[in-house]
Formats: sequence, structure tokens, C-alpha cells
Amino acid sequence: MTTTMISQQEFLQPSRVILFFRYLRRNPGLFIGFFILIGLILFTVIGVLTIDSSDAYPLSVKPKQPPSLEYPFGTDFYGRDLLAAMVVGMWQTALIGVLAGALGTFIGVALGFISAYFGGRLDNTIKGVCQILQPIPVFLIQVVIAGSLDKRDVTIYTMALIVVLLAWMWPTLVIRSQVLSMKERQFVSVAKLSGMGDLEIIFAEILPNLLPFIAASFVWSVFSAVFTSFYLAVVGLGPLREPLLGNTIWAAQSQGAFFNGWWWWPLFPAIAMVLILTSLALINMGLDELANPRVRRME
Amino acid sequence: MSIRKIIERLLFLVVVIWTASTITFFIPRISSRNPIRERFGQLARTGGFSPDDLEIIIESYNQKFGLDKPLWEQYADYIGSIARLDLGVSLYQYPKTVSELIQEAIPWTLGLLVVTTILSFIIGNVLGAVAAWPRAPRWLRSIATPFILFMGVPPVLLAVFLLFFVAFRLKALPLGGAYSIGVVPNQSLKFYLDVLRHQLLPALALIFGTVGGWVLSMRGMGVTIQGEDYVLFAEHKGLSGFTIFRDYYLRNALLPQVTGFALALGNMVTSGIVIEQLFGLPGIGTVLYNAIKANDYLVIYGVVLFITIAIATLMVLVELLYPLIDPRIRE
Repeated sequence: MTTTMISQQEFLQPSRVILFFRYLRRNPGLFIGFFILIGLILFTVIGVLTIDSSDAYPLSVKPKQPPSLEYPFGTDFYGRDLLAAMVVGMWQTALIGVLAGALGTFIGVALGFISAYFGGRLDNTIKGVCQILQPIPVFLIQVVIAGSLDKRDVTIYTMALIVVLLAWMWPTLVIRSQVLSMKERQFVSVAKLSGMGDLEIIFAEILPNLLPFIAASFVWSVFSAVFTSFYLAVVGLGPLREPLLGNTIWAAQSQGAFFNGWWWWPLFPAIAMVLILTSLALINMGLDELANPRVRRME
Repeated sequence: MSIRKIIERLLFLVVVIWTASTITFFIPRISSRNPIRERFGQLARTGGFSPDDLEIIIESYNQKFGLDKPLWEQYADYIGSIARLDLGVSLYQYPKTVSELIQEAIPWTLGLLVVTTILSFIIGNVLGAVAAWPRAPRWLRSIATPFILFMGVPPVLLAVFLLFFVAFRLKALPLGGAYSIGVVPNQSLKFYLDVLRHQLLPALALIFGTVGGWVLSMRGMGVTIQGEDYVLFAEHKGLSGFTIFRDYYLRNALLPQVTGFALALGNMVTSGIVIEQLFGLPGIGTVLYNAIKANDYLVIYGVVLFITIAIATLMVLVELLYPLIDPRIRE
């Protein structure tokens, strides 16, 4: 009788990192999303480190130059180097997205938990407010808020705040429904019977199981923050001095960039924005699939 | 549907409109800006009257608009005027009312949005249904993939690319405007064709920017319907694939999508507003954009409120009419 030798390695459970990469292979959307995002981060970080960011502001370089070796993305009507403007703009976009996304997710998770876990009148109030606000187009309310502000008060940070004011509803509803279903599972009843307190159950039992959902709704919040701040900037409600990507497109359009033949001015920021939003949307869809075993592709 | 349900939904509509008007009433009052002072200060700088007169004018206008009354009285007046569908006057184009401005602009916006919303709904849902239909040929099913891949791209960005490739590079379509420069609007066929040519790019951007959402949700819906017994039964009856697809599969999957239609209206209108401004079309979006540029607050708030009321009303209408088209939830 022959015994087949099995090398010891095959017994070892692959590490979590390797498992994650194996999962990425099955979830190409998530993979592509991460790939683009890493590229964007590299572009921004290398750019911030190597480029003089003062070139991103008016009157710093020769205006209206088409893309060349010296100015790879050209320069605009106001004398901004568009490469520098893109680097600064992407950095600021990331700042708005992450700030507003983190804040929105935090509020959403907190409200969703309170609503679902304690139920009763509190739950009805939170759910009712979300339902009433739902038909009101968020963007329009943001237009009212941004339009009421003094133009000098509009900065990257106020943009993030305006965006987050109405962006917590979706995370709240998602987390609420997840906690509602999780509350009824056995491990929570067991924890309750064994005498754990409410806070302990929330933090030690429910929260860890919700992490994929929280991650997905964080990415969603970042996406919607970037999206809405971009729209606000495109209609001219952004911090006008800053080279936010939406501001650049707004400035190009109001100077009639295509009519005057300065095609590079709106085009490059638009490409950057497409990459940002597409990568976030793909990651969000991928995380949804990861979080929701029912749609997760088995292999 | 019971009378009680209808009354409940109508009450909900009133609450939504009341909330929206309360938000648009209080936000400007929290802010430090004073629209009347800004407007007359601007006029004073361009000449016309002395600074002493300015204070008197501002005071008399405050009185005229009721801004000297206590806040709660102003609020009551405001809610009362909304109930009468009176949205106030424009500060910049005084004495034009906001309703007049909206009336002039609304045909442009409706024309663009109604057509694109319906086309996007049809294209997206058919593509999504085909993508989930196992018997469809592979190439047909894969048409849907790029739409899902680029779902996150807003119509405004698509518009920039379309402008670059189609209008700027190929010079096939105009770069913007509602009709050619120098043309006087008239009722001739030539004028309508000219308008249509100018609407093509914004419409394409809006349709392709919103199809992805429908494709994704319809594909999900389609997957669940395939397993239903009635689809299996139809197959065993020997019905042709196309009949099953159209009458058993598409129809059942499409009905829940109608409720999503109401929700999608908000996004559609938002994108439509920004697109109009990008192409310089004289619709509601451009009214809003000009009001933002000129700090014409009353117009900003009036337009925002008008759109909110329109969307909320449509949503409730769809909800109330839904049982008529879906017999399954008729009581």
C-alpha cells in the first residue's frame, strides 16, 4: 500500500490577505474598482509631493496653452497649470469625500442602531423623518443651503458639511434593516440570556457582523458626497477659488471652452471624475456582493 | 384601494410639501445674507441714488415684503402663499413673478425630461431583462455589461465627452444653445428640426447616464422571476421563447420597476438641471442657474420648492395609480 505524501503546506489555511486576493479574482468589479482607486491615489500623492501646488491658482503660468511636454494637461484661461489644478482638485475631492463619507456613515450607523435596537417611538420618528425627506431632491436643498452662504464662507470643509447634512438617510435605513434582522438571530438571544448588557451586545456581537455593510455604506457615502459636491461645483456653488474638479469644468463651460477651442480644459477633469466615480461605484457594488451572501458568487 | 389609504397618501404629500417649504423658509433666514440690501447696494454702486436713500428704500421694501413683521407671522404668510401656489417675485427681474419665470421655462425642461426619462426606462429595463434571460444569445446579454460598469458616471460628465467627440471633433451637432444663433423662434418645421438637433446631445447624455441603474435593478428582478412556477408552466405549455419573455417574464418583472420610476425622477431632474446649464438650454435649470449667479434668492427658493412639489406629487400619484396596473396588489 502506498501512501501519498501531502506536503505540509496544503494543510495550512491560507492567510487572510491571500483569501482576500482570491476573492477579488471572483469579484472582478471589486478588483477593477480597487485597481483604478490605487492608480488615482498614486497620481494624487506623487503629484502633491512633486508639483508646486501654487501653479493650481490663477496667474501662475502662461494662459490658454494646449497640452505639451511642459504642461501635460495644458493651461487654462486664467493661467492655471491644469496638471497642478488636477492634483490639488483630486486631493480636495478626496478630502470632501472621505470627511463627508465618514461623518455620514457614522451618523447613519448610530441612528440605524438606535432606531432598530431600541425600536418603539424612537424608531417610528427616525423612520418617519427619513420617509418624509426621501421625496425631496437632496441636491436642491443643498443648492438652497450653498446659495444662502456668503461666497467667502464656502470652503472645502463647508462643502463637506453641506453634502453630509442630507446624506445620512440611506446609511441609516440600510443599517437599520440589517440590525433588525440580526437582532432576531440566535447568537443575539444567547448573548441576552447570558446576561450581556445592551451596549456589550451592540459592540461585541452585532457590530463586528455588520462591518461589511458598514464598509459598503461608507463607500456609498463617499460616492454620493463626491457626486453631489461635484454637481454643486458644476453649477457654480463650489468654493470658487479652489481648483475642485467640478469648479474647473464650471469655469471652462462659462468661458465657452469648446467654442474657443480649448478642448483640454474641461476634458481632463471630466476623465478624472469618471475614474473616481466609476471606481467607487464598482467597489460599492463589489462590497455589496461580499456583504450579502445571497448574491455572492460561489465557486 | 381603500379611501383611507388615499387620504393617508395625500396627507403624506401635504407633510412633504410643508417640510420642504419650511426648509426653504428657514435656511435663508439663518444665513447672514440680506437679499434686498445686496440687490439695492448693487444698484446704488452702479449709480442712481445716494446711500442715504438706500436705507429708506430698503426699509420700504422690507415693509412691502413683510420682512419687518415678527418671524412667526412671516412664516404663516409664507405657508399661506405657498398654499395659494404663489411663489413670490424675482428680485432681479422685478416685477416678474417666479411663477412667470417657471412658466416660460417649463416647456423646455418637460420636453427634454419626459422623453429621456421614458426612453431610459424602456432601454434600461429591456437590456436588464435580456441580461438575466438565460435563453438570450450571449452577445445580446453582454450589451448590458458596459452600462453597469459605467453606472457611476453622471450624465453631466457624459455630456462633456459627447460635446468633445460629437460636437467639437466631428462637428456633427451644435455645441450648445436651444436653437441656432440668429434664428427667431417660429412655428415652422425647420425651426422644430433645428431645436431637435440641439436637444440631441443633452438627451443622449441623460439617457445613457441613467440607463445603468435600470439595467442593474431589472437584472436582479429578472433573476428572481425566472424561478417562478408560472414561467416553468409557460415553458411546458410549449409557448415560444419570445412570448414567454414578453408576457410572462418582462411584464411581471417590469411592474415593481414602476415604483422605482417615481424614485428615479428626483435624480433625473437633478441631472437635467445641471445638463441644461451645461448646454445653455432655456429651461428650469437655467432659470435656477441664473438666479444663483445673480443672487436672486426668491427665485432660487421658488424654483426649488416648485420642483420638490412636482416630484413629490408625481411620486404619490404613481403610488396611488400602481394598483391599477398591477392586479396582484389590488385588494
